[in-house]
Amino acid sequence: MNIYLPIAEMSVNGLVVLIMGAAVGFLSGLFGVGGGFLITPLLIFYNIPPAIAVATGANQVIASSMSGAMAHFRRRTLDFKLAGVLLVGGIFGSSIGIVVFAWLRALGQLDLFISLLYVVFLGSIGGLMLVESVNTLRKSRGGAVVSMKKAGQHHWIHKLPLKMRFRASKLFVSVIPVLALGAGIGFLAAIMGVGGGFIMVPALIYLLKVPTNVVIGTSLFQIIFTAAFTTIVHAATNQTVDVVLAFLLMVGGVAGAQYGAKAGQKLRGEQLRLLLALLVVAVALRLAFDLFVQPGDLYSLGPLGEF
Amino acid sequence: MRLLLGSILLLLATFGAGAQQPASVPDNNPETIQIGLSTDRITITTDYSGTTLTVFGALTDVDQQMARQGRYDVIVVLEGPARPVVVRRKDRVLGMWINTQSETFVNVPISYSVSTTRPLQDMAQPSTYRRLSLGADYMYMQPLDRDDTPATIEEFTAALRERKETTGLYSELIGGVQFLSPNLFRATLELAPNVPIGTHRARAFLFKNGLFIKETSAQLSIRKSGLEQSIFQAAHEYSLLYGIFAVALAIVTGWLGRIIFSRD
Repeated sequence: MNIYLPIAEMSVNGLVVLIMGAAVGFLSGLFGVGGGFLITPLLIFYNIPPAIAVATGANQVIASSMSGAMAHFRRRTLDFKLAGVLLVGGIFGSSIGIVVFAWLRALGQLDLFISLLYVVFLGSIGGLMLVESVNTLRKSRGGAVVSMKKAGQHHWIHKLPLKMRFRASKLFVSVIPVLALGAGIGFLAAIMGVGGGFIMVPALIYLLKVPTNVVIGTSLFQIIFTAAFTTIVHAATNQTVDVVLAFLLMVGGVAGAQYGAKAGQKLRGEQLRLLLALLVVAVALRLAFDLFVQPGDLYSLGPLGEF
Repeated sequence: MRLLLGSILLLLATFGAGAQQPASVPDNNPETIQIGLSTDRITITTDYSGTTLTVFGALTDVDQQMARQGRYDVIVVLEGPARPVVVRRKDRVLGMWINTQSETFVNVPISYSVSTTRPLQDMAQPSTYRRLSLGADYMYMQPLDRDDTPATIEEFTAALRERKETTGLYSELIGGVQFLSPNLFRATLELAPNVPIGTHRARAFLFKNGLFIKETSAQLSIRKSGLEQSIFQAAHEYSLLYGIFAVALAIVTGWLGRIIFSRD
């Protein structure tokens, strides 16, 4: 089933793209993340130009986040106020990210920068999660009661001014770290073509101490808007969103996500975190491999930069 | 067979009128070459995955003796639109493979398919091909920065050619040109799945005894079909609206997916 992509200007196997979307959708449903960090590298491995993979990845993240956030909205595990503040920061970070993206593209260093960001972020977050989940598993096997949140612990973050109350999250915290977190993730989202869920979820849990049950819904809800903004700006400035490719990914992804969510209910929290950590580390290693091992072809062709 | 030839000749008569006349006519070679394409427009639809193009051609005033001995050779080329290209080389920096050096070429055909009667090296001297800028290996690619050392330019030209060949944009089909009679030939050209959009030029070169005699050309337009073209145009002309549409599509897909799948 060959399908011609009008923006990428190439012919791909539609079935492969659908399966790719479904597999990522399954995993994103399983772990409650948008799946952007998997889709963009997969598209690049499938020879889609990185610039198009990034922008199209952001587009497909909207669909999977939308479908995930709806489930949380029904269960009321979503903090609109927190998501709103994160979003303000996110739009700001995303705007800067898009300018940097266009600049790197003209410089010919976009591929390198995308790979580096992936290796650094996926590697460090995956590594941390791996250590944490292995420790938790070992402790729970020993019979000790495990609590994620240590009561009464005060972080330097809680000493910052401009405090705001987030009722749904049972949180009273300064808006500065929330805005900064939103901005940082927005920046990465624009360059990496991800929603940023895999950074947002641990950051909300470990840095801001948001209750775990609220985190995923809030993160997904916030990502819909950051990814939507990123998609629109990429479409307007770089013309790199391929709607046909994105639609195929979305259809596969939305279907896969429902089965993933069902499978996720059968696994325990720390088991899920361990699996997600392994997946994240595997993607990071794969990208690091490409970066550090001599490529099969040292030369690459590109169009003349517009800037 | 006679009917087929008759229809080909008719086709040639139609296209022959539109084909370009040869530039120079050396006195001692009365032969002329004319070509006609099986179509002058290729539309790329959603299920496009590469295609073949047939070019018919005729020679006039052929020396029958030479034709019998197979002294005539034809090369047919389909040249895609030319664009500037940047070739980048990766080098090891801090253990990582990073794009460092680059060379820009001013006018490089995006695609270049060649079809010949025999292998190029058996037909004529490399100097002939170079003079004609004919064949992927002999084509002249003009660097933007002429001050670079010849070795550097040579290296990047070779890399450019190699990349184009691995991506299937530059191809060579030996034996793709077949003589149907001493005066008639048919050439098959392979069009890659990633063939560029735009106006392509089909060129036919006639060789006799290893010497170049005549050249002719015809145009071929490769366009996206209605839907693909509309999407492409929308993305470039109404890019903001296009982006908003892409977002809306994603939201509706996500929402519908939830409703359809969460029923059970």
